[in-house]
Amino acid sequence: MPEITYIEAIRQALWEEMERDERVFLVGEDIGVYGGAFKITLGFLEKFGEDRVIDTPIAESAIVGSAVGAALMGLRPVVEMQFSDFIACAFDQIVNMAAKFHYRMGNSVPLVIRGPSGGGVHGGPFHSQNPEGWFVHVPGLKVVAPSSPYDAKGLLKAAIRDPDPVIYFEHKYLYRRIKGKVPDEDFTVPIGKAEVKREGADLSVITYGAMVHQAFEAANRLSAKGIEVEILDLRTLLPLDREAILGTARKTGKVVIVHEATRTGGVGGEVAAIIAEGAFDRLDGPILRVTAPDTPVPFTAPLEEAFLPNADKIVAAAQRLAAY
Amino acid sequence: MNHSGLTRDQLLDVYYHLRLTRSLEERIGILYRQGKIFGGVYLSTGQEAVSVGAAYALGPGDIIVPSHRDMGAHLLRGIQPREILAQYLGRLGGLSRGRDGNVHYGDIQRGDVAFISPMADGIPVATGVALALKRQGKGRVAMTWFGDGASSRGDFHEGINLAAVLRVPVVFVCNNNQYAYSTPLSRQTRVPDIAARAGGYGIAGTIAEGNDVLAVYEAAKEAVERARRGEGPSLIECKTMRMRGHSEHDDASYVPRQLLEEWRAKDPIQGFEARLREWRILDESEEARITKRMAEELEAAVAWAEASPFPEGKDVEQGVYST
Ligand SMILES: Cc1ncc(C[n+]2csc(CCOP(=O)(O)OP(=O)(O)O)c2C)c(N)n1
Ligand SMILES: [Mg+2]
Repeated sequence: MPEITYIEAIRQALWEEMERDERVFLVGEDIGVYGGAFKITLGFLEKFGEDRVIDTPIAESAIVGSAVGAALMGLRPVVEMQFSDFIACAFDQIVNMAAKFHYRMGNSVPLVIRGPSGGGVHGGPFHSQNPEGWFVHVPGLKVVAPSSPYDAKGLLKAAIRDPDPVIYFEHKYLYRRIKGKVPDEDFTVPIGKAEVKREGADLSVITYGAMVHQAFEAANRLSAKGIEVEILDLRTLLPLDREAILGTARKTGKVVIVHEATRTGGVGGEVAAIIAEGAFDRLDGPILRVTAPDTPVPFTAPLEEAFLPNADKIVAAAQRLAAY
Repeated sequence: MNHSGLTRDQLLDVYYHLRLTRSLEERIGILYRQGKIFGGVYLSTGQEAVSVGAAYALGPGDIIVPSHRDMGAHLLRGIQPREILAQYLGRLGGLSRGRDGNVHYGDIQRGDVAFISPMADGIPVATGVALALKRQGKGRVAMTWFGDGASSRGDFHEGINLAAVLRVPVVFVCNNNQYAYSTPLSRQTRVPDIAARAGGYGIAGTIAEGNDVLAVYEAAKEAVERARRGEGPSLIECKTMRMRGHSEHDDASYVPRQLLEEWRAKDPIQGFEARLREWRILDESEEARITKRMAEELEAAVAWAEASPFPEGKDVEQGVYST
C-alpha cells in the first residue's frame, strides 16, 4: 500500500470520484486555473473541463445555493470553501435550504462542502476556526472530520456518494505533515462510524481531527507511566456513533474528550451527555474535556499555543482522571 | 500654486504618504522573507493611490472602514508604522495586541474600523457607521474600501442598497485591481465597470483613474461633499492593477506579464513624482530629504516593534467580552 499525505488523499478522492461519476463536479473560488489556495485541485480543470471544475466569483452564499439547486436536479456538487471560516458567509443556504429540504419535501440534496479548517499555522481568527459545532446542531446535515489519509480519502468518497448534504472539515495542519497507508483500490469509510485507533484498558480519549495525533503522543507518554489509553476517533460528528462512544466508555470507565474547537456548545458536551445517559453506572470518574478555551483563535504564537489543546494538556487531564 | 485644490504642502504630504506606504510595505515584505512574520502578507504595491487619494479627501472627524490593501488610508488616519509592524509581528504594541495579525487592524479612537477577512463584510458596517454619523448631524462621513472580488458578495449589495435607501453619508471606494486572488475581473462580473452598479442602487457612481492620486482625490472629494450635504452615498471605482501576488506566497504566474508591464509604466508614485517635479514642487533635495526622513522613521519603527513584547499565553482568555 502506498504512503500518501493527507492532502494527497483528499486530491485522490476528488479525482477518482470525478472519474467514476459524471455527475460529480467541483465549484469554488480559485479552484480551476489556480488549482485552489492549497493546490488540491491542480490539474483538474485540464482533465475534467470547465463544466465540471467551476471557478466562481467571491460569493459563498450563491456557491452553496446554486450547488443545492444543481443537487436537486441530480448532479453531485462538491463545494470548496477556500477556508472553512468563510462557510459562515453561506450559513443560511446550508442550514435553511440544504439541511431541511429532505425533511420537508422528501427530496435528496447530495451536496458536499469541504474546506480547510483548524489552527496551528498562525492563521489568526479568520483562517483557523473549527466551525463543526455550528453545524452539528443542524438536523439534516452530516458532518465529518478525518484525522488520517485513509479516513480522509474514504470519508470524502462516502460523502460524495451520500444522498444528503455532508460538511467535510479537513484539518489544514495535517495537510502535508502526516502520511499514511492508503490502498490503491476503491474504498469508502462509512459515515457515522467511529474507529478505535488505539486499544487500551485504563482510560479512553475520545477525539477527532488533528487532536487524534496529539492523543497518540499523550498515549505514548502515559503508556510509559503505566496508563494504557484507548483512542476513539469519532470521524463523523453528526450523526455521532453512540455505540462506539458507549463501548469505549464502558470498557475503561474513564473518559477524556478532546477537541480543538472551543469548549462551550462543542461536540464534546454532546459526547459527554451520551456517556452520562448511557454509561453512567460504568464510570469511575468525571468525564473531562480538553478543548480550546471560549475565545476566538488568537494570531500570535504564545497565545495560539495557549489556546490549542496538545499532548501536555491531555496527559495532565488523563493523570488527574487516572487517580480516581 | 494650486492643483486639485491642494496646497504645495498638501501635495507633498500626499507624496510622502504614497512613499511611506510603499516603503513600509516593502519593509514588511522583507520581514516576511526573513521568517519574522507569519501568515498572509497582502501588499498594495502599485495601487497606493487608491487608498491615499481617497482618504486624503476626508476630514478629522470622518471614519474609515478600510480593506486589506489600504495601508495608505491607515497611515493618513494617524496609525503609526511602528504599530503596524508590531501588529504583523504579533506583539503587544500591535493594534490588536497580538490577538489578530497582519492587515486586520484599526483604531476606533482614530476613526479607523478594523478590517476582518471575509470580503465585503465591512460594507454594511460602513453603512451603519454612516447611520450613526448622520444622527449626530455634524456633517461627518464614512468611507469604505473593497476589491473587485468583494463586489460579488451579497454583503456588497445589501450594504450599499441599505445605505442608498437610508441616504446615509458614506462613500464606497472600489479598488478594481483586475484580480481577486487568481480570478480575473472577467470571471468576477460581466460588467466591465463596477461603478455601473451605482445606477442599480440609485446613487452616484464614478470611475477614477486609480493610479492617478489626484484623480482619485478629486472623485473622493466630490463624493465626500455630496455626503456632507446630506445627498447620500456614492460609489467610486478606481481602476488599478495588483502588481504583486495576492499574498507574498503567491507568484501570480496566472497574470499575463504584458498586463503587468503595461501597468508598471503607470506606477502611481513615479507618475505623481514626475508631475510634482514639473510643477516645481519637488526637487532633488526635497526628495532626498523625504527619502531620508522615511528611512529613519522606518528603522526606528522596526526597532520599536521588535522590542515590543509578545503577549503571554496565560492571558489568552482576556478580552473576549467588554466586562
Ligand atoms: C468571503 C470570503 N471568501 C474568500 C476569501 C479568500 N480571499 C481573500 S482575499 C480574496 C480575493 C479578494 O479579491 P478583491 O476583493 O478583488 O481584493 P484584492 O485582494 O484584489 O485587493 C479571496 C478570495 C475571503 N477573504 N472572504
Ligand atoms: Mg481585486
